Parts: sequence; structure tokens; C-alpha cells
Amino acid sequence: MTLNWKLGGLLLGLVFFGAVLLVKPIGVSTQFVILDAIVGNTVNPELITQTDDGYTSSNAYLAKSGGKYAKNAANPLNYSFVFVLAMALGAFLSAMARGGVGVDERRLPAIWYANYGDTPMKRYAVAFLGGFIVLYGARLAGGCTSGHMMSGMMQTAISGYIFAAGAFAAAIPTAMLLYRKEG
Amino acid sequence: MSSIVLAIVIGAAFGAVLDRIGATNPNWIGKMLTLTNLHLMKTILLAIGTGSVLMFGGQMLGLVEVGHMSVKTAYVGVFIGGLMLGAGWAAAGYCPGTGVCAAASGRKDALFFIAGGLLGAAAYMVTYPAWKATGMLEGEKLTLGAVPGTDYPAFLNISGDVLGIVMGLVFVVIAFALPERLRGMGEAVAPAE
Repeated sequence: MTLNWKLGGLLLGLVFFGAVLLVKPIGVSTQFVILDAIVGNTVNPELITQTDDGYTSSNAYLAKSGGKYAKNAANPLNYSFVFVLAMALGAFLSAMARGGVGVDERRLPAIWYANYGDTPMKRYAVAFLGGFIVLYGARLAGGCTSGHMMSGMMQTAISGYIFAAGAFAAAIPTAMLLYRKEG
Repeated sequence: MSSIVLAIVIGAAFGAVLDRIGATNPNWIGKMLTLTNLHLMKTILLAIGTGSVLMFGGQMLGLVEVGHMSVKTAYVGVFIGGLMLGAGWAAAGYCPGTGVCAAASGRKDALFFIAGGLLGAAAYMVTYPAWKATGMLEGEKLTLGAVPGTDYPAFLNISGDVLGIVMGLVFVVIAFALPERLRGMGEAVAPAE
């Protein structure tokens, strides 16, 4: 069901190469900010404002770097945002083509069941908290597993190595502590 | 408009491959991070190596636009943020890209991951000025070697494209050299409890 690592690694490498050949390196986590900004601007239309030479925001983060985040949130039909939507579509079609994710797995991953039994609420709470820390950390770092670890190290960016060191230094002990039994 | 077509094609390919290599499956992430099955780690290392060799090789042959590179700034916050992402990645089994893909493939916990992620990103937007004031976001867009055709400052004063190919090959070699598992089932000596 899962591709052999040699074929899978080659295909993933080709996608990362194709992205930098045709457009720019792959990144995902910024689009969480863009979606937040789109929602925020719907609730409070004064969040993003148009200026003579572009866009700015009452939020300092959206306004940084000449308001590029504010600009993308004001125009969601841009490369990076559509990329993430297409990524979701690609994953959906691929999962469907191999018969879909099983009912039990969709409700609760095996590794969670093996360690904590049939406790979906606890699992969803951990997934929510995990998501919070992941995106807060990714924005502090300026990128995530895609942008820093994969695209970054591929380009020999020092920031990519620093990020990967930090991510694995925390991830391995955390996983060992939380998931003592294999799924 | 053509950039939107490219976004759809490359994005869909990326999502499909993430699904097929098991990266969107928290069980595989858990096995990798507990070092009980390194299959996914080997996949990722081979991908980085392949991408690196093709990109720097293509640049040297003049087939790949050097200007398409986008190197991120190295600063203290990268490491702190990396630690945070790592802890959440291990606990949830998802990172930003794979969480979105997992939700799309029907995993319910991934929806909670995305909701938490949107809140976490919003929390960073609000607290950004405090981080900026610490100076921990200051740094340079360093690359390991000096990449011809770019003005990224170099960490080492050597040819960045040759070094990029060498580093790519190092990732490929590590991918092949890593064992399938470092601990867990089948271990001859039981770990001290």
C-alpha cells in the first residue's frame, strides 16, 4: 500500500525539483496565516487595507515585508494558496484511488488505539493542541517541514539544517514518551 | 493564470505523493519518530538528495533558473520554532502539509489538527511584535556554500553548486545506509526499563 522508499523518495524528490524548476520551492504553513487573514478580514474588514502601492494591515505580522501576506489574503487566487488547495485535492484523489482510508483509521489511528485504547475525544484534543503548537512553531521558525526541512535542506539553506535539528530534537523524545507501543 | 495551472498541477502531485509514501498517516510518522521503522525517513532523505542533485546540477548546466531559489533567513527563532513544531508533530502525527492532506483523505483527527493550527497561526500573528522585540528574528539568508548567480551570504567560502550536489549525494547515501529500524521489535538486547 505504501510505496517502496526508493520509488517514493524519487517521486517526492522530483516534485520538489519540479516546483523549483517551474516556479519556486514548496511551502505550506504560511497559508494557515493567509486563511486566518481571509477569515479575519471578513469579520473585521479593516484588518487588510489597500494603499497606493499595495496592501497593508492593522496586524504587524500581515503588514511585514511590504504587506505581502496582506496582499495574498486580499487576493486568495494566488499560486501559494491554490497550491495548498490542490495539494488537498491530490491527496484526496490518491487516497480514493487506493480504496480510501479505512473507517477505523479515519476515526482513530492504530498507533493511538494501541497506546490509549478507544478514546477518540482524547485523541482529537491532542491533535488540536498539536496543531496549535505546530503552526505557532512553524510561523516562529518562518517555515515548516515542507519549506524549511525539505525545500530548505535541498537548497543547502543553513536555516533548513537548524530547523531540522530542532524539530527532530523535540519530536523523537516526544514520540517515544507518548507512543511506547507500536501501532 | 498560468501560475494557477502550475499551482494545481504541482500541488496535486505533491498531495498525491505525500499520500502514497505514508507521510499523511500518523502511524508511519509515529513509527519513524520512535525509530521503530525508518522507511519514511529513508523516503524523505532520498527525496531531499534527489531534489538537491537535480536542482544544483540543472543550475550548473544552465537548465534551472537560479533565481527560483528561495532561501529562508537563519535566526534563533528558527530553532525554537523547530522544537515546537517537532513536539506537536510527534504528538499529533501531522505537520502542516500532511495534516491538510490527511483531512482531505477523511481522517477526522486531522480536522482538529487544522483547527488547532489555524488558532496557533493566529496566536503567532498576535504575539509577533513581542518576538520581534527580542531580536530573535534577526539573521541572514545563509547558504552552506556560495551559490553562483545569487547574493546569499555563504557559510563556507566554497562553490555552492558543487557543494549542493555533494550534500545531495550525502543525503542519498544516508537514505541507503539507514537501517529499517533502530529499536523495537526484533532487538537482540532488551532496553533497560
